[in-house]
Amino acid sequence: MNDQSLLFDLPGPRARRRERIGNVTGIVVLAALGVWLIAALAAKDQFTAARWAPFLTASAWGDYLLPGLWATLRAAAVALVAAFVFGVVFGLGRLADARPVRWVSTVVVEFFRAVPVLVLMLFFYFMFSQVPFVPSTSAAFWGVVTALTLYNGSVVAELVRSGIHSLPSGQREAALAIGLTPSRSRRLIELPQALVAMMPAMISQLIVALKDTALGYIITYSELLAAGSLLGSAKANLIPALMVTAAIFVVLNFGMSWAAQRLADRLSRRTSEQMSTFTGIATAADVADIPAPAGPVPPDPGRSGRRRRR
Amino acid sequence: MGELLSQYDVLGAFLVNIELTVFSAIGAALLGTILMIMRVCPMGSLRAFAAAFTNIVMNIPLTLIILACSLGVYGQLGIVVSGRWGEQWLARNSFWLTVLGLSVYTATFVCEALRSGLNTVPPGQAEAARAIGLRFGQTMGSIVLPQTLRGAVAPLGNTLIALAKNTTVASAAGVSQAASVMSDMFEFSPQHLLAIFAVFAIGWTIIVLPIGLLTTSLSRKLAVAR
Repeated sequence: MNDQSLLFDLPGPRARRRERIGNVTGIVVLAALGVWLIAALAAKDQFTAARWAPFLTASAWGDYLLPGLWATLRAAAVALVAAFVFGVVFGLGRLADARPVRWVSTVVVEFFRAVPVLVLMLFFYFMFSQVPFVPSTSAAFWGVVTALTLYNGSVVAELVRSGIHSLPSGQREAALAIGLTPSRSRRLIELPQALVAMMPAMISQLIVALKDTALGYIITYSELLAAGSLLGSAKANLIPALMVTAAIFVVLNFGMSWAAQRLADRLSRRTSEQMSTFTGIATAADVADIPAPAGPVPPDPGRSGRRRRR
Repeated sequence: MGELLSQYDVLGAFLVNIELTVFSAIGAALLGTILMIMRVCPMGSLRAFAAAFTNIVMNIPLTLIILACSLGVYGQLGIVVSGRWGEQWLARNSFWLTVLGLSVYTATFVCEALRSGLNTVPPGQAEAARAIGLRFGQTMGSIVLPQTLRGAVAPLGNTLIALAKNTTVASAAGVSQAASVMSDMFEFSPQHLLAIFAVFAIGWTIIVLPIGLLTTSLSRKLAVAR
């Protein structure tokens, strides 16, 4: 059911009057809350020029925020590429015919999805600061990248698996019928379609990874949040600095959601009607409730046939 | 290793994570339900506010929110959420500020989970309810909301798992729990790195897997047959 759609009858004159009254009350209450919040912050001297002027200086951006942003983007980019490779390998591993491969992939994927990213990050940070071949200055960077790779890679593995599962079973049957081996059918027929279908969900995962780079603050990786709080203590304007940092993160993520939406629209125009129905299925939030594969998956009439009403 | 485990209160640390999870889950459920009701109510102003609030808060890293709660709300604004009694009031204050931050952050995901539950209810249900003469409250109370909750079990379970794992971010507010105890152990006995990690990883698996199994089986059992 769509949010609004059919919960209400078309309002008559009395209902419309009630709605108007409610609407105005809502605006008044929200505005009062906003004014109270701003007044409370202003009473604590959070809106003085001294606290906000530092953002007009070159040093705030050149020395703190932009290098922090760069560090965040770098870690997220490296982690995402690695997570993609990890996810495809282990996603196919979970669907492999050889039982040991399937088991190992399942254990690896479930393990890295169960352990909190911060716990992974702390472990790899301390590990990389001990091993000789990683310079101690980049231990934090590789800690962030490895932890994000393993966690997001596991999520991508589940996306690959659910993407392949949601393909119409005729795809594999046809591939086998024209003489492809099962593994070539996976690689040449099913995987490419699954990758197209899961692209929007992949980009949502990119946002998760980008947000999680902020955990690097705890292991002393000098990313955007660390830069923001450092700026806040250097210029004695912590709350404004955190507000600006949050705004940068929000703008970045909105930009990426927007890109994801555009990509989803383009893909649904480029692929068949059926393809576009299961772009909606393989979202990161859904992967947990997809049953584990036990042999061939029976075709699901709800997914491959009738299109769901939205 | 045994000696190391007796030195640190690992179980007690995990207990703090569980407490954080329980209290934040309650807060997030309350706030998330309110947000979700605001997002579908007929008042346009409340709808717009709830949509803007969820979209903004969801896109801020949790670490930043927790940090803003501890360094900002307490450190800068001097707001104390638990009484200044006892020796531990500072630790207690960080704990409750973390609960606040986790609740607000998670509430946006609860709101989305409930909305996705609402989307599983076919429009015909509400149409039929209105056709037999039920009023708005009756339609919502006895037809739409029960099915919404049953459809939202799986996404709510995922949100709860994410919340449990996110309690480790309390490290940013200096709350002593599993992640910070593990960090201390790494620092003081780096020779046992792998063993310490194994203990904590197993601990998390023990917390997370049952929630996952429980909510998956619940969501299957409660799923509305259509």
